[in-house]
This record gives sequence, C-alpha cells and structure tokens, in this order.
Amino acid sequence: MRLSRAEYKEIVRWTGQLRPTRQCMKMLKDKFPNHSQSTLLSIFSLEYQKRTKRTISRHHAPDVIEIYYQRYLTEAKAHPTAPVLLELANEVDLSPALMARIILDRFLQDMDGGMPSKSVISSMLKEPSLIPDQILAKNVYQCTINDCCYGPLVDCIKHVIGQEHEILLCDKLKEKNLSFLDENQLRTMGYDKTPDIILEVPVAVEGHIIHWIESKASFGDDHSHRTYLKEQFWSYWNRFGPGLVIYWYGFIGELDCQRDRGILLKDCFPTDIVTLCHTTQKERSEEGRKEDKK
Amino acid sequence: MAALLESVLSRKVDINKVVGWLKNVEESDCEPEVTVQKHEFVPFLLNFLREQSSQALTHGPATPAKTPSRPRPTAQSQGGFSDKVACRSAGSSSRVQLFSPASSLSPGNESDAAGQSGLSGVSAFSSPSLSTAWSPASRPPGSDRRHSQKMCLGDYMVSPPDVSHKGRKKSGGSSAAGGQVRHGGGRGGSNAEETGRWETGGKRSVRGYSRIGEQVSPPNLGQLNFHNLEEFPPVGSSSSPAMSKPSRRINPTPVSADRPHSKPKTCFTSTPFHKAPGPPSGPETLDGLMTAGSPVSLKEERELLKREKTKRAQLVTSPLPSPLDPCTPTKTGIKTGSKITPDTQTTSPELSKVTFLSELELLVELYSTCISENLVPNVFLELFFVMQLLTSRSPHTHSDEEQGSLCALSSDVLERCYLRQVHNCVFFAVKVLENQFQLVAHLDKCTLRLLAENERVGSFSPGLRDRLTQAQDRSTAKLSPSVTTFIHSVPFQPATDNRSNFGSDKGFHTFKKQRDIFYELLREWEDLHKEPGWSFDAVLGGRIRGIMNQLTLAGIHSHFARLFLKQLVQMCKGPRVNSSAVDTADADLLGMLGADSLGRLKRLEERLVQPHGVVGPCPPPSFPGHQEFFRDFIQAASCCQLNQHLQDSLCQQLLQLDEVSILSPPASIGDGGEEEEDGDMEQQDEKQRFSSVLLLARLLAKFLGFISFFPYQTSERPSREIHETSLALRSKRAQVLDVCAVLSNSMKRRRTILTVPWLVEFLSMLDFIGPLLLCYRTALGTLLLLYRRLQLNRCEEMCYLNKLLLVSVLGWLFQIPVIPEDIFFTSEFSVVVKEEEDASSAGLDLIPLVDQQLLYTCCPFLDEFRKLLAAFVSGSTARGGGIIRKITPTSAELKDAPAANRSQQKLQVDLEQAFFHNQPPSLRRTVEFVAERVGSNAVKHMKATLVQELVGRLQSIPQHLLSSVHQLLY
Repeated sequence: MRLSRAEYKEIVRWTGQLRPTRQCMKMLKDKFPNHSQSTLLSIFSLEYQKRTKRTISRHHAPDVIEIYYQRYLTEAKAHPTAPVLLELANEVDLSPALMARIILDRFLQDMDGGMPSKSVISSMLKEPSLIPDQILAKNVYQCTINDCCYGPLVDCIKHVIGQEHEILLCDKLKEKNLSFLDENQLRTMGYDKTPDIILEVPVAVEGHIIHWIESKASFGDDHSHRTYLKEQFWSYWNRFGPGLVIYWYGFIGELDCQRDRGILLKDCFPTDIVTLCHTTQKERSEEGRKEDKK
Repeated sequence: MAALLESVLSRKVDINKVVGWLKNVEESDCEPEVTVQKHEFVPFLLNFLREQSSQALTHGPATPAKTPSRPRPTAQSQGGFSDKVACRSAGSSSRVQLFSPASSLSPGNESDAAGQSGLSGVSAFSSPSLSTAWSPASRPPGSDRRHSQKMCLGDYMVSPPDVSHKGRKKSGGSSAAGGQVRHGGGRGGSNAEETGRWETGGKRSVRGYSRIGEQVSPPNLGQLNFHNLEEFPPVGSSSSPAMSKPSRRINPTPVSADRPHSKPKTCFTSTPFHKAPGPPSGPETLDGLMTAGSPVSLKEERELLKREKTKRAQLVTSPLPSPLDPCTPTKTGIKTGSKITPDTQTTSPELSKVTFLSELELLVELYSTCISENLVPNVFLELFFVMQLLTSRSPHTHSDEEQGSLCALSSDVLERCYLRQVHNCVFFAVKVLENQFQLVAHLDKCTLRLLAENERVGSFSPGLRDRLTQAQDRSTAKLSPSVTTFIHSVPFQPATDNRSNFGSDKGFHTFKKQRDIFYELLREWEDLHKEPGWSFDAVLGGRIRGIMNQLTLAGIHSHFARLFLKQLVQMCKGPRVNSSAVDTADADLLGMLGADSLGRLKRLEERLVQPHGVVGPCPPPSFPGHQEFFRDFIQAASCCQLNQHLQDSLCQQLLQLDEVSILSPPASIGDGGEEEEDGDMEQQDEKQRFSSVLLLARLLAKFLGFISFFPYQTSERPSREIHETSLALRSKRAQVLDVCAVLSNSMKRRRTILTVPWLVEFLSMLDFIGPLLLCYRTALGTLLLLYRRLQLNRCEEMCYLNKLLLVSVLGWLFQIPVIPEDIFFTSEFSVVVKEEEDASSAGLDLIPLVDQQLLYTCCPFLDEFRKLLAAFVSGSTARGGGIIRKITPTSAELKDAPAANRSQQKLQVDLEQAFFHNQPPSLRRTVEFVAERVGSNAVKHMKATLVQELVGRLQSIPQHLLSSVHQLLY
C-alpha cells in the first residue's frame, strides 16, 4: 500500500500514545479501517522502535533497574498469580519483552553473582521453562507473548514473514518464467553484496530496466528507507545496476523518487513486466496490417 | 617575404610561378630574387590578410577603447621610415586623447589584455590567431616590458633587406620596441627558436583557458574583438554594450587612416598596411626589392594614383564610384543596394563595389594554395577566418568610402586596403570558398544549408550557392548528442571481483566499502557540481583522500584503478555525454518520442539553454561532461600509487587498441573513397568498430597524458632558468609512452588514421616543458611533416575523410597553447618516415573508415562554423532584438500507436544492452559470432535450395519470353 506522506504522518501521530498491546492494535485498526492491518502494525512497530531507542537509556540506569526489580519482587510475592511484570512494563511505558529481559538479567546476577551471558538470557527468553524461578518464568512468558514489537516471538514472526515473502517472490518469478539467482547462490559465488534476487536476464518494470529485486516485509518509512539505501540498495546498484525494491507492507509514496536513478519501489509484485523477447517484430507487422486496413 | 608578395601583387612576378613554388617542395629557387623560405612567406601572407581585414572584422559599434597601452603598430619591419612613424604616432596619440574618455570597454581590461600580450585569447579564439611569433616584424609597445624575455621566432625572421632597415627604424621615435626586440636579431634562427618557444605565449594559455569561461559575457567578447559578437549577444545576456552605448561615427582624418581600430589580437608586428598620402612618406620599393627609402615626392605619388585609377577602370566592369573623388560620398551605392536596412551600420555587400578585383584574385589564389598545400598551421582555422570575412559587417559611413578611396590611392601595393570594405571581404571569402569547395562540402548539413542560404554567397556566386545546395544532400554529418539514459555502474564480476581475487579478507571488505563510497561521490557530484560555488576539492576531496588511505592500508590500489578506468570508459566513451541531471526531468515524456526525436529535442534544449557562444575552431583541450569528475578525482586524490596503476593500465590498453585489426572491405576501395557508399553490413560493422576503438583510444590517451604530465603542470610558463634545469632533469627519464616509436611504427604500417588521433589527445596534455623534450619534439615534428603531406585535394590512396580527420586534429594540436608556435614554421624537421611499400596487409589508412559522424565527434569544434553562420543569420534579421532561431517544432505524439511501438522497440534495445552489460564481454562476442554464423549458413542454405530451384525454373522458361523480359527491363 502506497501512502502519501500526509496519510503516513496522520497514522504516526496517532500511534504516539499507543502501547504495544493487542488492545492498542485493535484500536489502531478501528481508527484506520482503510489500511491493512499489516501496514498499520508495521508502521506502529517502526515508530515504537524509534520511541524505544529514544527512551531505553532511561530504563537502563542501574538505580532504575534496581527499583524495577524490587517492585517486581515485592509484587510477585504479594500476587503470585498476577501478571505483575507485564503491568509494571505498561505502567512505566517500556516494552514488556525488554522489561522481562532487564528483570531476568538482574535476577541471574543475584543468583550467580556474575554477569550472565547474552546467549543464556536469550535462550531463557525463548524458553522460559529454563528459568529456575517458576514465578519469574511465568511472568517472562506473559511478557513475551503480549509484546507485539520486541521479543523472541516477534523476531521469529518477522523472520518467517520475511522468508515467506521471499518465497512468494521466487514463486512469482518462476510463474513468470524469469530466470534468477537467489541470495544463497550468490553468496556461494563470492558476491560481496547480495540482494534477494538477481535476474539473469533483466526485465523492464513500468518502463524501467531492473537487474535485481530486494524484498522487504515491512513498511518503507523515511528512516528505514534511508538506511536501506545507504547500506543495501545503492550498493546493489553499484554492482548490478538498477533494481526493484518491494516493500510488501507499503511505503511512503514520495520516497519513490529515484526511478530514473535506478531504484524502483513497489508494494507488490509488479504486473507491468516487459521481458527481452522478439515480439516487437511481430507486433510491428501486426500494426502495419492494421494501418493497411485503415 | 613582403617583397615577394609585393611583386606578385604588382605583377612583377607571375602568380603561377609563385603558386608553383608554393606547391613544389623541391624547387625553392625558381624565383631568382626570392630568397625567402616558404615557412617565412606563409605566415607573412596570413598576417597580411589578418591585418588587412582587421577593420572589417572589428568594426562593431564604434566603441573606440583606445588606451595608451593598447597595442598599436609602431615599429615596422618593411617600410618604417622615420617620418612616417612620427606622423603616425602623432595621429594615434591624438586619437587616444579624443576617444579614451568615451571608452566603453574598461580600460583596465584592455590594458590587461594588452599587457598579457596581444596573444591573449588567441588560443581559445578563432581565426585571427596567428600569433606574433610568425609575423615578420616587431612588437606592440604594450608588451614592451617583457621584451627582454619575450621574443619570438617572428622577431628574428628577417629577410636580408630588412636588416638594413634597422638603423632607420630605431630613429623613428616610437619604435623603441622594435629596436629592443631586434637586439639579438643577428644571432639568427636557432636562438630565435629557443627563445621563441620558451617565451611566447606563456600567458597566452592561461588567458586562453580563462577566456573560455568568460566568453559568455559580452564585454569580454567585445574585448576580444570577436566578429560581431557584441551584436549577437549570447542567449541569456540581456544587454550588450553594443546596445547600451550610442554608436559613434568616426570620421578619420587622412592622417590617421591607418588602422583606427587596431586589434589586440592580430599581429601588431606587421607593417600597417596603409599610410597617409598627405605628408611626404616613402612609398616603398615597387620593384620588389627593398631599396632604401628615397622619399618620393607628392607628384610622383599622384602619378601612381593615376595609374592605379586607369588600371582599375579597366579591370572593373561595373560602374564604380570614382576613386579619385574621395570627398563625394557615393550615396547612390547605398540606395541602389538590394537591401536597404534601416540600420546605417551595416552595409549589404555588392559585387559591383568590389575594388582591387585582380589583386584580390591574386590573393585568393595565393591563399588557397597555402590552404590546399597544408602550408597553414590549421586548415579549419583559415576556413573559419574566411567565414568571418564572409559574415563581416563593416560600418558604412561616408568616411569609410572616403577612406577606402583614399587608401586606394596608396602607392604601395602592400599598403592598399584590399580587405577594408565589406564588399571586398565578401568577394575574397566567396572566392576562397569556391576554391576550397571540396573541403567546405564535407562540413555538416546544417552549415552547408546556412552557407547556401547566405544571401552574400547567393549574390556573389550563384554557382557556389547551387553547388552548396547539392552538397547538402550528400552530407550526413549531424551533431547528435548521444542519448544516455542514466549512468551504468561497472558490473560486479565474480571472476575478477570475488574474495579469491584479494590477498586478504581485509582487502576484500575494504574494497567493498570503497566501491560504494566511490559511487556515492559520483552521484553527489552529478547532483551538485553545477551549483554555483560548489567546489570539488572542498566537498569531495576529504572523502576521496579517505578512500586513498583505506586503499593504501589494504594495498588494493590495482582493484580500484580497474574500477575507476572501467567507470570512466563506461561514462565517457560515447560521443558526448550530457549530464543526466537535465534529462531525468521529463525522461518519461522524452522516452515516448523515441531515440531520434529525443536527440532532436535535446539539441533544441541545448540551443535554448546554452549561451550561443562562438568559441572559434581551436578550443583548448577540455574534459567535457563526466570526464571532469574523473580528472578532478585524480587531482584531488593525488595518490601516486593510484596514478601508477592507472598509467600502467592505460598504457597497456592503448597499445592493445592501437594494434586492433580492422578488416578492409574485400574490394572496391577504388576512386579514392571520394563517393563513399554506405557499404554492406560487414563494412559498416568494421567502421563501427573502428570508430568505437578510436573514440576509446582517444579517451584513454587523454587521461594517460593528463596523469603523465600532471606533475609538471604549471599555470604560468616557467622562467628560462627553471626551463633548462627541468629539461635537463627530465630528458634522462624514460617516458611513459614511446611516442616516436608508436608514431613511426604506425606510419610505416599506414595506420595513422587510428594512431594519430589518439596521439594528438595524449600530446595535447603536455606541460610547457614537455614539447621541448627531444622525444616529444621529434614526435611533433613528425606529425607536422605528416600534416604537410596530407594535402586534401591530392587524389591519393587515402580517402578524403580519413585525411580530413587527421588534418583537423593535427591542426587543432598545433594551435593549443602549450605547443610552441615556432614548431610549425621551421624547416627543422625533414626526416620522413617511409611507409612500407610491401606491407602484407593493407594499412588502415587506405580503408574509408571515417565518416562525417566520426569526424564531428572527434572534432566538435567544427560545429563552430554553423554557429558563426547562424549568428550571422539571426543577427541580420533581428538586430538588437535578441537571436531568433529557426526552430521547427515537433509535436509529441502521445497516444499514437507508432510512438508507443517505438518506445517499445527502444525498451527492447535497452534490455538487450542491459543484459550484455552485466555479463562478461566474452558472452557478447560469442553471441555475435553465433548469430553471424547462423545467418550466414541460412543464406548459404537458401542459395543452395530455394534460389537454386527458382533459377532452375527461370532457365526452363522459353528463350523468347526471356528476351522480351529483357527488353522490358532495359
């Protein structure tokens, strides 16, 4: 879905007060019924990440962590069955998954005395049953499944969605009978930068020739597009020439301004594809016949 | 020299003899009394013509910006009698007082120009560019202060009688300059050469470059006295001094009749060619020998005038205003003129008003011979001068007529004003054009059309007009800017670019990053470099040096050098690369029109957007389009490792390209390639291949030259001491390219058509001292001999356009600032490389490989002819009201089926190119080979089966039927 910058701004303005909870997502969807849920979720997710980046340091101060941890301990003791950690996260406006990580980190420090390794924490977040404390395990679990922006579950979903769209893209290409190399093949051939797809024979999309396709299962906003351009798209252009980026969940229409420079944006698999073939000769003669008839 | 010209003009010597002498290299002594060398006579003749026409070409609006420092001829070589000089200087100084307050051009500029030497702008600008070095006399006072250093060959080119005048000249009050210059005259040639090439034109080049930048603004143009540009302001400049200043009539008194509009650009060193009849002045020797100036009395002079009058009465058939009636303005002439323009400043030239008809014809003959024999340093420069004469506008005033007649009275044949009147100029020009028709006919279609439609050509020579009209149909050249959609990157090829090609992971990853930064810089440059105040080094310099540091740390310069060169070739190989900044705007719309109309629209846009500046046919070397980025990149990087790798690679590629084999068409080279057919497909392919090889080689050679001579470049011509030391230093060093070997090898094998154009590009990058190094001097000398040998109208094996390309690029090379001007007019070089007669394979030179397209691509300055003529047309129809251009509008057929179809076709072509672009080049070659074989086999097969069958059937038709068919057919 291609949004104008004004529409996008409107959505962003509205997401400002929302928390990453299911209820909030529902509210967002009701507010903008014309936009697809995935687009709204993607925009919210990007905005929420920006917000978190701005505020995370506040929650990472040692004294703040200590306060959170003590509050958790007392409240968990008082109400062993209540989702105290989730409520605490919402109360201080921190992503539940991140709150779970902070508390778990603090908890493990208490237990072992030393600094717990990142991989241990990650695996415990993924698999709460590994956490020695059962109440904490339950709380962590509640946090991760109720967070729609952070956490192992969300990461997993995002990864799968990405994969899914890459497969979708490959299917579409095969359907169109276009020959291509995928990322893995490219990597084994020793390419230093690898887009998702390199077309072995270039095609023209809406009159623009493209050599490669990059699939992005997210919304293309200014910030992410700028980053992608710098780190990926221009690098692809520098090596393979012009190409196509598909933001499956839409993008800000105004960003699609590099078409003549060789970066084309789409929100779906393109329909107007011209392939290299020798139909022109035939078409020309047909047209000639038509003219003759006139 | 003067003596020779004089005796020709006064018919003491048969013109045929002189022409024969000019044509023939061997018999230089067919003239008994002629002791001059051709290389002395030719520059004298050229300067003589420049001098003669200086008024007709500078006229413009009367803005006499005469400041005391303005160069004026003072010292004279041929006839400097003291009294004459005195009288003249008196006259001119009074004029200075009279006009200097009204000067519209800033005196500062003027004196600056003069101070920089009268040569400033010469290199950049057009025809009156024969520098003082070739002129037979001394210097303008404006450059006095440098005389001790600035001497030139011309100063020493003294014919024996001339020397004897020295003493007398010194006595002439204002001829101090002449005296100074002469101080070393006795030492003769070798010294002259050295000093000449060391000292002359040093500033010139600097100025020349800056001129190009400045030329858009009218004041500068005016200052340059370029023909009529004040009247033809470039697009975009709203007001020109011509319009803001009221035009001023000058009524010259007889005393000051000589050169009231002296030009800083032409050679002031020559004798002023007309003198006042009033005071007792010495008419020079009429017998061709420089006898001492015995003052001739007025009576004698009147006698001469009488003779002259009768002579002219016999010669000119049409009624002429009486030359002896100077006080009567011949207004009838204006009224009967076919076109009476309200503007009193212009005169429409009329054949009936031409004076000195027979002398002009003699001059035409001499001049044409010099052009045809390649005795002039640049054929196209002369042609440009002729076109300037053709389009000259001289102010038409009574006094002018008066002056003309007065000057006609002059007793000295050299002092008459043959080319003062526009009538004479046009007559001369048209005659030369007639003489050089073959050369003219090879210009582009548009120029030919403008020439044919030029009313002056029509009225002076309807025959020439008709021939020009016919020639238009044959002309195919058009300057079409190549349509580049957008820049392509250099494709990543796993075979050369993946990890296994790097020594370390670090190198691989560093290069990955530097590649991206390189393109980032390129994109940024594209977007911003045209913004005012944008500085390459300030904005990109730091990041470029950052790249270099990274490369050095990882030791991967060779990879980067390869990327750099590939990108350079990719972007700059085409004929002319426009910055894509403009075309992106309406690319969609333009795309629909197809490539052809797109090119036309681009040209239209160019004409509307770009200022209409006539630069002249000798622009200094430049880096147009994207080449500028690469040049500035090299400069900003200042990385010796990178430069070394670039040089290695450029050298290797160049020598490979130089060896490339082009197949000659199987037969029918015949008729000297005069009428060149398009040829069959194969021949077309070979031509195509040749032109792409040639263009590529020229690009690479230019950059090789740039990098090689970059360390030695100086903005100013170095002083003599520095000269000698650096010459001694550098002569020991092996040069990057053995130009002499390459050149002589190429001449032996008759491949000059490929080698010379790129060598010229290489040599055009020389620094000031470079040409003095033995190897380059020898190469230049060899090129000069080659140039002399390439007479265009000689029917030789080499086809005309091949020769024309060589003549054109060589002529250009001889005119660029760093090439010392003395090199052309010496007899130093005589060793001619012999061609291998029994060359097993016919050399490239004999194959008609060059077409007009290629000629114009290699020599974009040929387009100046069109600009000049177009400026004339627009100026004559709408003076003062800006330039009206004849533009045929094209309509965009938006929803038309054929248009859509065309864009589809274009897309297919683009797709095909895009496909091959990202594949290794071998793939394309393979595909082409297979396609060619398949096609050829199919034809063979059809011949054997289908055609055979048809032939069989045809043979079975009864004989009588066949004969009737035969009758029908023939």
